[in-house]
Amino acid sequence: MRIYKRTEKRPDAAIMNRRPATKTSMKYYADLIFILTQKEMKIRYKNSFLGYLWSIGNPLAFAFVYFVAFKVVMKIQMEDYVLFLIAGLFPWQWFSNSVNASTGIFIGNASIIKKVSFPRNIVPLALVLQDMIHFALSIPVIVFFLFVFHKSPSWSWVPGIPILLLIQLLVTYGFALIMSSVNLFFRDIERLVSIFLALLFYFTPIIYSESMIPARYGRLMKLNPLYYLMVSWRELFMSGRLEMSSLLLSASQALVFLAIGFLVYKKLSWRFAEVV
Amino acid sequence: MREPVIIFRNIHKSYPLYHHVTGGIKNFLFHFKKSVSGLQKRSYESLRNISFEVYAGEAFGIVGANGAGKSTTLGLIAGVLKPTMGSICVKGRVSSLLELGAGFHPELTGRENIFLNGVLMGLGKRQVRGKLDQIIEFSELGNFIDQPIRVYSSGMLARLGFSVVAHLDPEILLIDEIMAVGDIEFQKKCAGKMMEFKRKGVTMVFVSHSAGDIERICDRVMWIEDHTIKMLGPTGYVLDSMLNRKLATSSGGL
Repeated sequence: MRIYKRTEKRPDAAIMNRRPATKTSMKYYADLIFILTQKEMKIRYKNSFLGYLWSIGNPLAFAFVYFVAFKVVMKIQMEDYVLFLIAGLFPWQWFSNSVNASTGIFIGNASIIKKVSFPRNIVPLALVLQDMIHFALSIPVIVFFLFVFHKSPSWSWVPGIPILLLIQLLVTYGFALIMSSVNLFFRDIERLVSIFLALLFYFTPIIYSESMIPARYGRLMKLNPLYYLMVSWRELFMSGRLEMSSLLLSASQALVFLAIGFLVYKKLSWRFAEVV
Repeated sequence: MREPVIIFRNIHKSYPLYHHVTGGIKNFLFHFKKSVSGLQKRSYESLRNISFEVYAGEAFGIVGANGAGKSTTLGLIAGVLKPTMGSICVKGRVSSLLELGAGFHPELTGRENIFLNGVLMGLGKRQVRGKLDQIIEFSELGNFIDQPIRVYSSGMLARLGFSVVAHLDPEILLIDEIMAVGDIEFQKKCAGKMMEFKRKGVTMVFVSHSAGDIERICDRVMWIEDHTIKMLGPTGYVLDSMLNRKLATSSGGL
């Protein structure tokens, strides 16, 4: 049962989202998430011969480029720079792919947004989950490079990887919600997002280590929601270290961005069907 | 029987005209206040003061010219759109067939699309699996069911879409111009399914251009003209006056 009591211009979002009880059950949400994620996965690999290789090819190619640029040409002083790059680029790739694709995700699903009433925030979630699965599947590649550099995985991966996966899932989903919702109203976001991602990439310690950041910018850089996350991933992969403070900080940053994402989504979602 | 399940009270719906953000995001941000008020002023009125009730188990038709506001009405019932003013009350599980095959993806097979569509329409995965064989049989697609649907003809697509819908088990069914699906045989089957829904006491709201379909199925009809209700009453009565009006205007034009 839905009741709209309208007096002012902007109807209450909470009322908008009230749906029949049978549909909103957790089980149904889970089914919806599963089916949409599965759809994204299937579409990605239909008609693509190399399939899985594509999702590791890209970060590996970039690792090679950065290696040539910074190690071979500019002679950066760092041991195992290739491994260092790979440990940061793989998780970054997940974030970047999801946020990049999120701008078009509602427009790409216009037919269902317009015609069917279902929780739309599942659509970007499925996208982020799909990229998460790809990232998880690419971890063996990181292990391979560890062995090449005479290192090996550590037991701390067992708790560490799921925790970091969750943190990154939250922060990426937050960003994806913001980008996907706002882009419906300002299609310019689609263009801006690649600039934004490029900036974020260079302001995150991925191709350089956090110790190389000049002290007076250190504080500023730490506001970056990916700072602690990316550092944690690399520490975990390269040395098996899992720092509690970094985890807590990145988790709280992730929650803040998720909250912003939901706020933006709540504010805008009732108009999706009109503008998509 | 006379319990209202859909109640519209003084519904207004206007769409803001969004394409006025022509200056891009920069101008918009620099003149934020002005831009926002500018956005809110320009709007297109789609429905004006619409009030009606649909009773449980009733087949309710909506007719009117293109752009009169029929689809907006359905969108409001489905809950995809929100009214600008007024109150809507909908009791029961709504299956909106505003479009057959919503969410279908061309690269996926018919079978995969049944799952996708069924879950989007509100069924659980297990429910879809339970009904899968029935759905496939109803669609008469045979071996094509495991082909990606980009190879389907439009008739086959519509058949697949309708077959999912036919097995949704809704309480309120919204139907937007879908009776002309597939060949004559399949159309008969669809009509049969509709009648079955009606016998089961499913409340149905139809939008159609075809007077024939409306006449066959609907109990009452609402005629929307110029974004407001022109007439609401028993099917025969409303369709007759519509026809008379059409004849009158066309002979007047001669």
